[in-house]
Amino acid sequence: MTNTELLERIKSKFGDYIIEHDEFRGELSVTIKKEKLVELMNFLKNEPDMLFDYLVLVTAVDFPDREERFDLVYELRSLSYKMIMRVKTRTKEDEPVDSVSGIWHSANWDEREVYDMFGIKFNNHPDLRRILMPDDWEGHPLRKDYPLKGKPEDDLWLDRHLPEGLLKKPKHTRMP
Amino acid sequence: MNEAYVVNNEREVILNVGPQHPATHGVLRYVVKLDGERIVDSDPQVGFLHRGIEKLAEYMTYHQFNPYTDRLDYLASMNNNLAYVMAVEKLLGITDQIPERAQYIRVIMAELGRIASHLVWLATHALDIGAMTVFLYSFREREYIIDMFEMACGNRLTYNYIRIGGVARDLPDGFMDRLKEFTKLFYGKVKEYHQLLTKNRIWLKRTKDVGYISKEDAINYGIAGPCTRGSGVDWDLRRDMPYLVYPELNFEIPVYDEGDVYARYLVRMDEMVQSNRILEQCIEKIPDGPVMIDEPRYVWEPKERIMMNNYALMKHFVKVVKGFKAPPGEVYFGAENPKGELGFYIYSTGEGKPYRLKIRAPSFINISAMPKMVKGGLIADIISVIGSLDFVFGECDR
Repeated sequence: MTNTELLERIKSKFGDYIIEHDEFRGELSVTIKKEKLVELMNFLKNEPDMLFDYLVLVTAVDFPDREERFDLVYELRSLSYKMIMRVKTRTKEDEPVDSVSGIWHSANWDEREVYDMFGIKFNNHPDLRRILMPDDWEGHPLRKDYPLKGKPEDDLWLDRHLPEGLLKKPKHTRMP
Repeated sequence: MNEAYVVNNEREVILNVGPQHPATHGVLRYVVKLDGERIVDSDPQVGFLHRGIEKLAEYMTYHQFNPYTDRLDYLASMNNNLAYVMAVEKLLGITDQIPERAQYIRVIMAELGRIASHLVWLATHALDIGAMTVFLYSFREREYIIDMFEMACGNRLTYNYIRIGGVARDLPDGFMDRLKEFTKLFYGKVKEYHQLLTKNRIWLKRTKDVGYISKEDAINYGIAGPCTRGSGVDWDLRRDMPYLVYPELNFEIPVYDEGDVYARYLVRMDEMVQSNRILEQCIEKIPDGPVMIDEPRYVWEPKERIMMNNYALMKHFVKVVKGFKAPPGEVYFGAENPKGELGFYIYSTGEGKPYRLKIRAPSFINISAMPKMVKGGLIADIISVIGSLDFVFGECDR
């Protein structure tokens, strides 16, 4: 199935909910409203002539100036038909998105990472907690407004966790 | 099982494996809930080696980020370079302009990297289970490969050899002879490993019917690479979504249906043989020619010109400091790495730096399937499963 046919199939079922679609370097990406995300994913996975049974990755892109701040990106692959496509959705900072971890289990850790790095919450996620950063970390490092070298408050975390007297406090190397 | 750290049943014991355990291949903290010696539930905790590479990438030019990919899966740095560079080339739209010689060199390096990585896997996997000798055997061959890498690019662990547009420099004199010698010897070496392990009774007891995962689960959990092929999923990006010159080469994809640690072991052993076959064909087919595309917008000037020509020096300065402007858009490219599918998702807004770069790390995904594999097994099975999944924390934690 070509990208055009694929897009037509999606449009015929979810036409009203598609925000935009794009094709770049042979990769189709469809942006859909987040209410219909899980329904679209189920459709793509179970339709016999698509069978997108493999979720490659889940991630997010941060646009701090936009009202709907985050783009969530899902990269899908069909092992049977050797197709790829990208589904995207948009969300605001404090609005949770429905989890797809019920459809593909690999989304479980990926969504935890998105929550950890961007602070996007997921509905119906079995186990939403931080994964790469420490459990009691404050802030979400991959947001665009999080400085590259960290925030001054981050030292407080270190103070809390360094054993007293065992290790010296590292020198403050952050730029003013 | 977050809240279940508290023991609410007297029969059950919570055990911490790691993060500083020699068999966890890095810093994996593995919390297991045990009933006697049976695993009831488990929770792998990662992130101890998190360095924020994805965040760093947003502040770097595309050329600048290349050495950082070496630090992901540090046992197969060449393959990481390849995956990243191919993703950037896809974004730039120059994938089909790469000179053929450069493509062959890339394939040679990727397959050598695959063999080297699998040799480390074999050594450590066997060492964890208690077969010490294999370690000495397989590091002998790995040393040979590392020496070849050193010949080609001067480094032994982090290469930064495959660059955007081709490779850093042509192969040195004598490289091909050494490669020929290696490919000739290597079949015999694989036989030696088989003699040490494949029919060893202790090895069979520790690996057969351990860490089982079914075909459907393997796909659903998103596991990639040799681990899925051990569960009967006939999928390899080199064949099914081909890149470089892989379509012109003749090789087989080993697939085993058992889905246990032993099947994954056999897949990797066969893959080493197939990689060696690919290397043999590359030796015959590699053409002469340039190793870098002639595209001054994206590629650095040759060093000789920079030293002699004022304008070339200025152009080089701008390219190093500001980077080239990539077209706006988003791409994903995944390459078949020794550990699985390493993918790079790049979102570009048309600047000299990526707006967002996401690394799809196979180790990360593979570890997420571990609770499924070890559930119901014995505690010693954890060590077998960790070895068979072959993860590296530089890549998992990024």
